[in-house]
Amino acid sequence: MLSLTINGKKTTVDVEEDTPLLWVLRDTVKLTGTKFGCGVAACGACTVHINGEPVRSCSVPISDAVGTKITTIEGISDGNLTAVQEAWIDEQVPQCGYCQSGMIMAATAYLKENPTPTDEGIDEAITNICRCGSYPRIRKAIHRAAKQMAEA
Amino acid sequence: MALMKLTRRKFLIAGGLVGGGLAVGFGLGDDGPENAALQATTSSGEFALNAWIKINKSGEITFAIPQAEMGQGVYTSLSMLLAEELEVELSSVTPEMAPLAPVYVNSTALMDTLPFSDGHHQGEATIGAWGMKKIAGMLGVQATGGSTSVRNAWEPMQKAGAIAREMLVSAAAEEWNVSSSECVASKGTVTHKSSGKTASYGELVEAASALEIPDDIPLKPANARKIIGKSQPRIDIPEKVDGSAVYGVDIDLPNMAHAAVKLCPVFGGTVASWDDKAILNMPGVIKAVRFDTGVAVIADSFWRAKKAVEALPVTFDEGPNAALSSEAIFAEFEQQLASDEGRSYADRGEALEKISQADTVISATYKVPFLAHACMEPMNCTALVSDNDVEVWMPNQAQTLIAWFAEKAADVPAENVKLHTPYLGGGFGRRLEIDLVVMAVTIAKELKGRPVKLIWTRENDVQHDMYRPAAQASFKGTLTSSGEIDAWNHRVASPSVTRSFTKRMLPWADSDMPDNSTADGAGNIPYQISNMLMEHVPTPLEIPVGYWRSVGHSYNAFFTEGFMDEMAWAAKKDPLEFRLDHVSEHTDFTAVLQKLKEVSDWSTPLPEGRGRGIALHESFKSIVGQVVEISVNKDKEISIDKVFCVIDCGTVVNPDTVKAQMESGIIFGLSAALFGEITIEKGRVVQENFPDYDMVRLNNCPEIEVHLAPSGRPLGGVGEPSTPPIAPAVVNAIFAATKTRIRELPLSKHGYTA
Repeated sequence: MLSLTINGKKTTVDVEEDTPLLWVLRDTVKLTGTKFGCGVAACGACTVHINGEPVRSCSVPISDAVGTKITTIEGISDGNLTAVQEAWIDEQVPQCGYCQSGMIMAATAYLKENPTPTDEGIDEAITNICRCGSYPRIRKAIHRAAKQMAEA
Repeated sequence: MALMKLTRRKFLIAGGLVGGGLAVGFGLGDDGPENAALQATTSSGEFALNAWIKINKSGEITFAIPQAEMGQGVYTSLSMLLAEELEVELSSVTPEMAPLAPVYVNSTALMDTLPFSDGHHQGEATIGAWGMKKIAGMLGVQATGGSTSVRNAWEPMQKAGAIAREMLVSAAAEEWNVSSSECVASKGTVTHKSSGKTASYGELVEAASALEIPDDIPLKPANARKIIGKSQPRIDIPEKVDGSAVYGVDIDLPNMAHAAVKLCPVFGGTVASWDDKAILNMPGVIKAVRFDTGVAVIADSFWRAKKAVEALPVTFDEGPNAALSSEAIFAEFEQQLASDEGRSYADRGEALEKISQADTVISATYKVPFLAHACMEPMNCTALVSDNDVEVWMPNQAQTLIAWFAEKAADVPAENVKLHTPYLGGGFGRRLEIDLVVMAVTIAKELKGRPVKLIWTRENDVQHDMYRPAAQASFKGTLTSSGEIDAWNHRVASPSVTRSFTKRMLPWADSDMPDNSTADGAGNIPYQISNMLMEHVPTPLEIPVGYWRSVGHSYNAFFTEGFMDEMAWAAKKDPLEFRLDHVSEHTDFTAVLQKLKEVSDWSTPLPEGRGRGIALHESFKSIVGQVVEISVNKDKEISIDKVFCVIDCGTVVNPDTVKAQMESGIIFGLSAALFGEITIEKGRVVQENFPDYDMVRLNNCPEIEVHLAPSGRPLGGVGEPSTPPIAPAVVNAIFAATKTRIRELPLSKHGYTA
């Protein structure tokens, strides 16, 4: 049994130690907001936070997540939407929406470290793939969220 | 002949309709009232007023939507059509996947692809168009594709809203013993104008549902519309920002098992032997299943199933295609193009004679590779098979076909098939295919009574797709002394997507037939050319090819708009002005080009190292023009700086969605132009996953400026038409900047990095 802290709640799981965090979240803990996209840390659909840092959960063995604070898309808001989520709605970002949990997790972590985002900074920090091509709106939404967070 | 089992509700039509379209079994239609299928889905206190609208006594309105939501915003745009005439707020309509019934047919998709209906998109009521609509109605195929959703729903959805509204008004008028004409409906309430009496739709629905469904109700004139034409926030977006939206891959059912597969890497290969006992003791493994093309492991979690199937010893019989390569395929295209074979899709004047007599002939060869769809949500299907029925949860674009093949694979009566279509994490044509449902049902049949969720890995997806065909084109062109096109000869060699698709469903119907999609955007170009011959040389291959966003347009636009640019430079004319000269008889194409010239500041020169390219292309009844600005240096580092996009799609339903679809299609096409290549070696796909099948990301995504320029043309589609022009616009910009002409995609093959 491995003991995990996910979205502030402690839980134990009975899985092999090499099981990726992604599949523990999705199949064991039933938090399906985190998506499977490539399995090789190339697309970012599975991005979650470990101790506030963005990681690609498809490539993190669960043994490495023991003793950390794991946050998923389901755990970033306290019931009200975050500034990032609101900006995503205001800019009408998602199309199919499948990559957006990962995008929002990556953008949230980026804005926490970089409250005044730059286009170059965004390009460097957020390398997730969106097949629908929502990138121009993602960029606008990150700037909008930053502005809103600065005013709050 | 091996056919799918015939049931009393179906028969099959053979070859005649195969060319350019679907050849499938037809549902003979329902003898019951059109709302019968929806009525069967009502809960207590809920009433179906017609095939599309259910209202309960609390006034909650459910809209049975026949189309799948895959990001194109169809839940919102179709709800807008309905709400406009039903006289309710958009927010009070909840879309729900429609049941399977002939009334939900996508006749536009068939009218677009089947022959004989020419002219319908110009609004012509030809006998051919009428006939095709009848045939489409009999086929009764519910499908989402071909940029057809709004075009197909435009009239039925508004009529459904109008009819339901009139029934609710009539119910109120009867109740109050007044004439309907004295009552008015607004925001879900009927009001008697003189007395001020009101009743909500919820209060009226039971009485309304007992009324006759009225005949034709006239629709609102355009200037009275309150919802259509004004940007509305997408109704599916809130659940797509908090992780709560449910995609196929998220389906979770009691006692559900998980499956992963290992497939023969060579197309057409089969399993020769396996040792399933080797993995049965691995953690969580429930069962191993062997089928024709591969093996599956069913386990209690996906990860355990995947690990076990990777460890499962299998040998494959690679079959007759084990030596197939992209190199050999292009050699075959070369040979085909050099032959006398070909099926002509445009033939006017004396192109070949003009070319043979000319002093100067401009010639070129263009090539594009196979492409995978790579939807973000990997392929998946969940199936629960019991002795006499099957239930399927699958993100799909072709509900009717999926249900038929679930029935066939499970071997159960047609009426015992239940299909759920959750959100699609991308579609792009990939989810029109039946392979996943057949595989999932075949696997789940070995574990009857338990739902089994089959998920493909990204590697499965990239290596076992139905690919956008590779294709090659040869051009010869001549100019008049005043620098206009005199003759244009274009030959394309590629496999036919329609033939490949049909063969997958009905192997016996495999035959060489005309397929408009092979010549779309090549035979029917808007340019005024007196001497033109466009031919397609069918080149059947053992690589399965499928419908990939914009289908034949995706390569033909690259060919024709690249060569059009070459002709412009050869004529020493400005590429935009050259195009204008050749569309002077078409006010709509002219208007798109003029708008593009203005918004892109076309006439202002760019500095050294930068270039502008243009492409103009009509597809799915919409005209799209794009100007691309690029920067490129001597090391071939390229930056796509900005894309200006002008679209004329006729009447616009949700303007922001049209813009989003333009952005989407451009970036989709740009990934292909810059990096997209599926290579075949030893009968198998070389690429595996995103690291070697790369995509545009934030860092190399251009700024995109979209302008809507509706000219009053009939409705056009928006899901695909922005994809075709982007690749030629980019190579034309590279030429403008460097005088290097790229005639083969992707650019990465020529050393460019973005």
